[in-house]
Amino acid sequence: MTPDILTAQLTAVLFAAAPLILAALGETVAERAGVINLSLDGTMLFAAMVAFAGARASGDAWLGLAAGAGAGLAVAGVLALLGLVLGASELAVGFILTLFCRELAYFLGHGLARQPGPDLGVLAIPGLDALPLLGRAVFRQSPVVLLSVLAVAGVWYFLMRTRPGLLLRAVGESPSAALARGLPAKRVQVLACLAGGALAGLGGACYSLSVKPGWGHPQGCEGAGWIVLAIVIFGGWRPVRVALGALFFAAIQVAGILLQDVLPGLSGTLFQIAPFPVMILTLLVVNARRSAAFREAARRLPLLGRLMPRTAGGAPGAIVGALDKGF
Amino acid sequence: MPLVRAAATLLLALAVTMGILFLAGAPPVHTLAVLATGSFGSSTAILRTLSAMVPLLLCGAGLCLTFAVNLWNIGVEGQIILGSIGSLWVLRAWDATGSVAPVLYQIGALLAAMACGAAWALFSGLLRTHGRVHEIFSGLGLNFVALGLSLWLILGPWKRPGMASMSGTEPLPALLRLPAWGGRPMSLVGLVLAVCAFGLVAWLLRRTFFGLALSAVRHNPRAAALLGLGPEKRMLAAMGLCGALAGLAGGLLVAGLYHRLIPSISGLYGYTAILAVLMVSGSLPLLPLACLFFAALTVGSIQLPLELGLDSSLSGVIQGVLLLLVFAVRRLRPTDAGRSA
Repeated sequence: MTPDILTAQLTAVLFAAAPLILAALGETVAERAGVINLSLDGTMLFAAMVAFAGARASGDAWLGLAAGAGAGLAVAGVLALLGLVLGASELAVGFILTLFCRELAYFLGHGLARQPGPDLGVLAIPGLDALPLLGRAVFRQSPVVLLSVLAVAGVWYFLMRTRPGLLLRAVGESPSAALARGLPAKRVQVLACLAGGALAGLGGACYSLSVKPGWGHPQGCEGAGWIVLAIVIFGGWRPVRVALGALFFAAIQVAGILLQDVLPGLSGTLFQIAPFPVMILTLLVVNARRSAAFREAARRLPLLGRLMPRTAGGAPGAIVGALDKGF
Repeated sequence: MPLVRAAATLLLALAVTMGILFLAGAPPVHTLAVLATGSFGSSTAILRTLSAMVPLLLCGAGLCLTFAVNLWNIGVEGQIILGSIGSLWVLRAWDATGSVAPVLYQIGALLAAMACGAAWALFSGLLRTHGRVHEIFSGLGLNFVALGLSLWLILGPWKRPGMASMSGTEPLPALLRLPAWGGRPMSLVGLVLAVCAFGLVAWLLRRTFFGLALSAVRHNPRAAALLGLGPEKRMLAAMGLCGALAGLAGGLLVAGLYHRLIPSISGLYGYTAILAVLMVSGSLPLLPLACLFFAALTVGSIQLPLELGLDSSLSGVIQGVLLLLVFAVRRLRPTDAGRSA
């Protein structure tokens, strides 16, 4: 493979992964605080619509991007209000929101379908774009790629290296323990939920303003939010691994487009659904490793422990509890 | 008091919906009138609404079983798709020159649909009980796998002779279609089966030891295990039954309504059924009403693009508004009867 083709593929993967990375980082932040936001798919679609509408109205794609983030924040606000403040089931509210936002996006966006509008274009950073390989893939690219790279660094630094990040993770492991320790558990969860929603909104906005520009029914980013949920699990709730997971799933999609010529018919659908069996398998492996039966077997047969792929730690404590709650 | 609460919620939902319509630049009252005539305005419309209610009631009844053991069977959508695939698989085997009566194929198709739906649900259930994978994630994943499978069949092995098209597989011969009611788009067989399924679930949950065991498992899985109730077995049974009913819904969609396999044949019926069950918080007597209401919304909104140039997704918007308000009101003004989450 010549460097040119490699750069082109890398560019395509980074471009396709950017919205996934942003939204997956958002969900990581929320889930690390113990909040499951199931509304992601609807949130992203709704944010994509609001972002496109905002960009058209203001004539500025960057304002549209901000509007998309605001839309994500608003949806997360509803989830926080009903789920965290009023204490309804997060899962139920998130599920309702994902269907509601999706339909609301199509309904309110009806007049925007197939209309022209501004997009984010290409951002070239003079000097850096002359770098070999990465230069064209990151620094002479749609700005969403740079945005996603910055977001990975920012979220990783915040979660893993700052005091508030530690507080957030502590709350996510055990809200009641954090509360007993005198920490404002509920407030942290609400803020994490809102921040996560804003990032998911940003991800959705990236679709309508850059990756799949424009609006329609369907828009083209349907299902992305569900893939994001899979990515967060795949990445073991760690920002950098989550970002790598997003790149991996984006690479699968890009490979699917390339293989379309070689294996017509089958490959398209196969690569579209690939993330989901991988998600189920990941969960199976993560949980199998942690099961008592596996530990016992690995003690008797040490080879087993080495053969089984090593995975990131399990889910934050509060997530496990929330999943077992009724509606 | 619960009645007052319900009425207040409905009025609030109406007000918010009006607000959204106003925001979208649509005439609020006229739009709602179009919705109403589209779903109940003529005998054809009423039959269409009843026809849309069949899959909702089947899935809703099944979901009452899974929610009774605290399982989130989000995979119901994929179970419908598998049911439709299973039924068409049997119906395709019919040979016009053969001696077997078409009605046997129809019965076989519906049984195959139930078996396929149940198998798909059991897959999700086994991942939960033996693989400790939560059913929301496995169900979601399997929904997409089912969707991919149906697309692959439509564009590949089961494509129409000469051309693969997204419009679906070759239509069934008239002999294999379930009888339509007076030539209208409505199969009486489906409605009867749905009502029977609902009755069966109500009987199971309220009158049998099985139903009692399900509720014991929901309230305290560990105690249920110590009492020898076998929580995992009960969970799998609930999943399997729900899958069978969802599969039946899929089979009826093929044999009674579309007469072929189309992409996304489940048409969000499964997710809508989850919303219906959530709205009545698993209350059996209210479930048919909720299903009828949601079916009416879905059918009524089909006229919107033609008559008013609005997107038909308004039905989903109204459902969402209603559900969010129901949850908010339920938490703000809990009644004694309302189960605390």
